[in-house]
Amino acid sequence: MKFYEISKEPINIQEVIDKVVQREAGAITTFIGTVRELTYGKKTLFLIYEAYEAMAVKKLEQIGREIEERWAGSQVAITHRVGRLDITDVAVVIAVSTPHRADAYEANRYAIERIKEIVPIWKKEHWEDGEEWVGNQLETKAYPSGKPEEGDLSE
Amino acid sequence: MNKILFFAHLRDAVGEEFLCLDASGKTVAQLKAELSEKYDLPRMDTVMTAINEEFASNDEVIQDGDEIAFIPPVSGG
Repeated sequence: MKFYEISKEPINIQEVIDKVVQREAGAITTFIGTVRELTYGKKTLFLIYEAYEAMAVKKLEQIGREIEERWAGSQVAITHRVGRLDITDVAVVIAVSTPHRADAYEANRYAIERIKEIVPIWKKEHWEDGEEWVGNQLETKAYPSGKPEEGDLSE
Repeated sequence: MNKILFFAHLRDAVGEEFLCLDASGKTVAQLKAELSEKYDLPRMDTVMTAINEEFASNDEVIQDGDEIAFIPPVSGG
């Protein structure tokens, strides 16, 4: 079973959830990231997501390993969509199962925050009056050493 | 030879998904600076680099056959 995937097709949410079903679990949390129409008043028409697929899968696997080390007994599955997505389409699904519910919420939150730090996926916003690749929105994050800080690496 | 991959706004700037060139012996910083000048690449101080699908620092030396990818700030999720 592939627990970490980049998909060109619409994501089947239930399939992602089913991957983390385990007898030891008392909770499964699911995060569903969707395409929002309005960002600070600006209207998005659609998005294009692009990935460095081979590395993106590796980085999703790394996030899964980090979670399984931090939250005992957890199981993680993540699928991220690429290609053209319209408003309300599902861009990412993260399912986490754990023995107890508090861990399932925390670990799921951790997964989405890490995706936004280290997984090579980009979105291009298409607005009514133009288009732009979205990086770190405020462009405040520089990488003086050319890579993320130590904590972001798999070693 | 080395395959150099570009994504997002860098791909638009270079006009190619990848280039093949010999970068062996150069550091990541040297290659970054050369390509930045040749293609007038914007905001390279925010761009990370991967060698063979793992993040690499600016002082790492590129070997023959390495696949290099320039990774602008990511925006998945």
